[in-house]
Amino acid sequence: MTAHDIVIVGGGPAGMAAAVAAYDSGVTDVVILDREDSVGGILRQCIHNGFGLHKLGRELTGPEYADVYRKEVEKRGIKIYCETMVTAVSTDRVVTARNRQGIMKIQAGAVVLAMGCRERSRGALNISGTRPAGVYSAGTAQKLINCEGYMVGKKVVILGSGDIGLIMARRMSFEGAKVEAVCEIMPYSGGLTRNIVQCLEDYGIPLYLSTTVAEIHGQKRVEGVTIAEVDENRRVKEETKRYIPCDTLLLSCGLIPENELTRSAGIPIDPITSGALVDENRETATPGIFACGNVLQVHDLVDYVSDEAEIAGIGAANFVKNGAVTGETVATKPGNGVRYVLPQRVHTDKGNDVALFMRVTQPFGKVRFTVKSGDEVLATAVRLKAAPGEMEKIVVKSEKLALASEPITVSLEVL
Amino acid sequence: MYDVLIVGAGVIGGMLARQLSRYDLKICMLEKENDVAMGATKANSGIVHGGYDPEPGTLKAKLNAEGVQKLYDVADEIHAPYRKNGSFVCAFGTPEEEATVRELYERGLENGIKGLEILTGDEARALEPALSDKVSLVLNVTNAGIVCPYELTVAAIGNAMDNGAELKVNFAVDQIEKTAEGFKVTAKSGEVVSGKYLVNCAGAYSDRVAQMVGDNFFTIIPRAGEYMLLDKNEGSRVSHTIFQVPSVEGKGILVSPTVDGNLLTGPTAAKVESPSCTETTPEGLEIVARLAAKSVPSVNFRQVITSFSGVRSSEKGGDFIICPAKSVENMVHVAAIDSPGLTSCVAIADYAIEQLQAMGLALVQKANWCPTRENPHAFREMSDEEKDAYIKEHPAYGKIVCRCETVSEGEIRDAIRRNPPAHDIDGVKRRTRSGMGRCQGGFCMPYVMKLLSEENGQPMETITKNGEGSAQLTGKL
Repeated sequence: MTAHDIVIVGGGPAGMAAAVAAYDSGVTDVVILDREDSVGGILRQCIHNGFGLHKLGRELTGPEYADVYRKEVEKRGIKIYCETMVTAVSTDRVVTARNRQGIMKIQAGAVVLAMGCRERSRGALNISGTRPAGVYSAGTAQKLINCEGYMVGKKVVILGSGDIGLIMARRMSFEGAKVEAVCEIMPYSGGLTRNIVQCLEDYGIPLYLSTTVAEIHGQKRVEGVTIAEVDENRRVKEETKRYIPCDTLLLSCGLIPENELTRSAGIPIDPITSGALVDENRETATPGIFACGNVLQVHDLVDYVSDEAEIAGIGAANFVKNGAVTGETVATKPGNGVRYVLPQRVHTDKGNDVALFMRVTQPFGKVRFTVKSGDEVLATAVRLKAAPGEMEKIVVKSEKLALASEPITVSLEVL
Repeated sequence: MYDVLIVGAGVIGGMLARQLSRYDLKICMLEKENDVAMGATKANSGIVHGGYDPEPGTLKAKLNAEGVQKLYDVADEIHAPYRKNGSFVCAFGTPEEEATVRELYERGLENGIKGLEILTGDEARALEPALSDKVSLVLNVTNAGIVCPYELTVAAIGNAMDNGAELKVNFAVDQIEKTAEGFKVTAKSGEVVSGKYLVNCAGAYSDRVAQMVGDNFFTIIPRAGEYMLLDKNEGSRVSHTIFQVPSVEGKGILVSPTVDGNLLTGPTAAKVESPSCTETTPEGLEIVARLAAKSVPSVNFRQVITSFSGVRSSEKGGDFIICPAKSVENMVHVAAIDSPGLTSCVAIADYAIEQLQAMGLALVQKANWCPTRENPHAFREMSDEEKDAYIKEHPAYGKIVCRCETVSEGEIRDAIRRNPPAHDIDGVKRRTRSGMGRCQGGFCMPYVMKLLSEENGQPMETITKNGEGSAQLTGKL
């Protein structure tokens, strides 16, 4: 067994930003373990632009954004183990990993979980019909096209209007495929507005809301799909069924944080975010184990992943230097119109401002968010519109936070 | 000229080849698909049935009773994963259902089944806490178990091939001609093979094969059964296989752990037009969820990772058909093998061999027959220390390709090389579990394709999901 101050599980944008932040907080013995053959995570296949506007003040492609962080990591001499997959993390912070050299066990001072997320599969969506070739999750198709250089289909239907689905609609069109339709089971898109405009509208690709793929046809390769409108309970309206011939179905129906390691370490998970329950330092309920990025909550922008990872990296460094953060925490809770609030608990007496992140339950026009503890209003924020696809952030000032003795609730009212 | 030609490389054809491979015979399996275990074998409940169910006096009753222990013994020899987890047959409070439980118990005794007992609902719940409160009486079948049907078949065929048997995939039998020496069998592709004896193990297509020699005395009725498979998070919801007594609402929707640690629910039973009707339906999946919840209300169907449908080969007589062909000599039909066919597969193979012997097939034991097959899962069963040492010798085992099921490059390369070799993505999946987990191949599929391409010297664009017509890629950029 070897030992390192901080072990980071995952070398995507979250893991790299956490590593840099931890190092810059004074803990230099940091290692990154990544299962792929190079760092960068899913950014490596996101060759479109739109990354970095918030965080770096310029617009980059995914690989370029990853490269910015890779250089920062390398500049600091932070050791990266690629093709190294962590198979277990214990509550006493022993990390077990496997690579071509063998099995390594590392006693970590602190652990940062940054494994990212995966796409919901066809099976999890329970679409009935046959099981032919040509059904891909959008990210798998993206990898085959952008990283391997192969085309996956010629006539395409996309289910789900999440950002990856929208980006892939445009990407497939670029490469000569005909995207027949993007179907979204919800009455609104979960993707960013800019992607709907730039990836669908600019290419004349129809977006059908409240519409799903009811059946897949074709024995060996997809021959077509039956799409249909759904009612408010998301049940198919039989009379609206129609057949679209196609050879490919791409699925972009949500991302699931990959928390298998977290679960097997016995770390409690929030059923709404499907990520660990954390405090404002992104420390899980297990002391010294932190989480950040898409393994904690699915983000819409990588810029916010980097922000969150810096918090976790600094938290991990402080844990190594000073031990566990002591003191009472207050829970946060979603109120009216809010689906979840992260972090799920905060220390109120540390003299720091704390940013709360949340998603709303449905699209709204102009709203006011109110952060309250009992009758005490801790913060308010007005937004011209709010949508589930766009994460909201509200900062609670330290002096207000000190007043919170009861659970902190974030709710919204429509203005 | 082969001594024995076997049409169909499912669990029956495969097990027959394995049992025959101990004799000094030239054997060839003819399989129309790109891989073995592609029909009913790859999509069924994977249950080793205790033997209480078949009508006493039938072939099913006899071969099920003999078959359970035979299956466990062969599975041990060829390293096919199984588990003796026992099964429950549950009544839900009505006098009729409770009477059925007692009837099945009596029938089991008559069939010579040991280890049967009747439990009250509370006794059953003490063993299986997730069982519904409504369960009032249970037949506990202690000799029952679970087995992975396609791994069993791969192992049996692998063992047969290691002992000299041959396998031709993509050989769709089109014509059978009786010759003086035996049979001349022509594939749709035009390929021809000849053999002295012929065994029809063509599953749902066995009536069509029978017709090729002029036998029309049975007709297969394809019945589809839909299933939902749940994440390993749900895998320990129950430890026994939970059946319901047959009722008007449905027949035999079960809730069962699988040998790989998932939870399986299903099947429905619907007559279908043809054996290729393996699509799932919203209605079918709805029935599975509803009836599974009747036995085990806490099953979390949000954890479904895949659903599938398999076609079983029934026949109106209700029993297995294992008999000499009527229109030609030296041919045996092994047909209508629906439940408990998997359980009985070794007994069925042995019974078919008796018939071949009665026709004059000489069975001379091979001197060098090897009854065992290398354990394909030896690596995953090692401790961390053993794995470490193994990886240092064989680095490819240190590279994990399938993160959900922790499958290494080394294990995938082995599956592509070892008998019977995997030729496609699904073939790798069934042998290694790569792509079988919660992401359903989302991450590992491109890697698996590369390994297939590399090992078989095949361009990426020609790699298929499951044989001709199922290429994953449509071209290079």
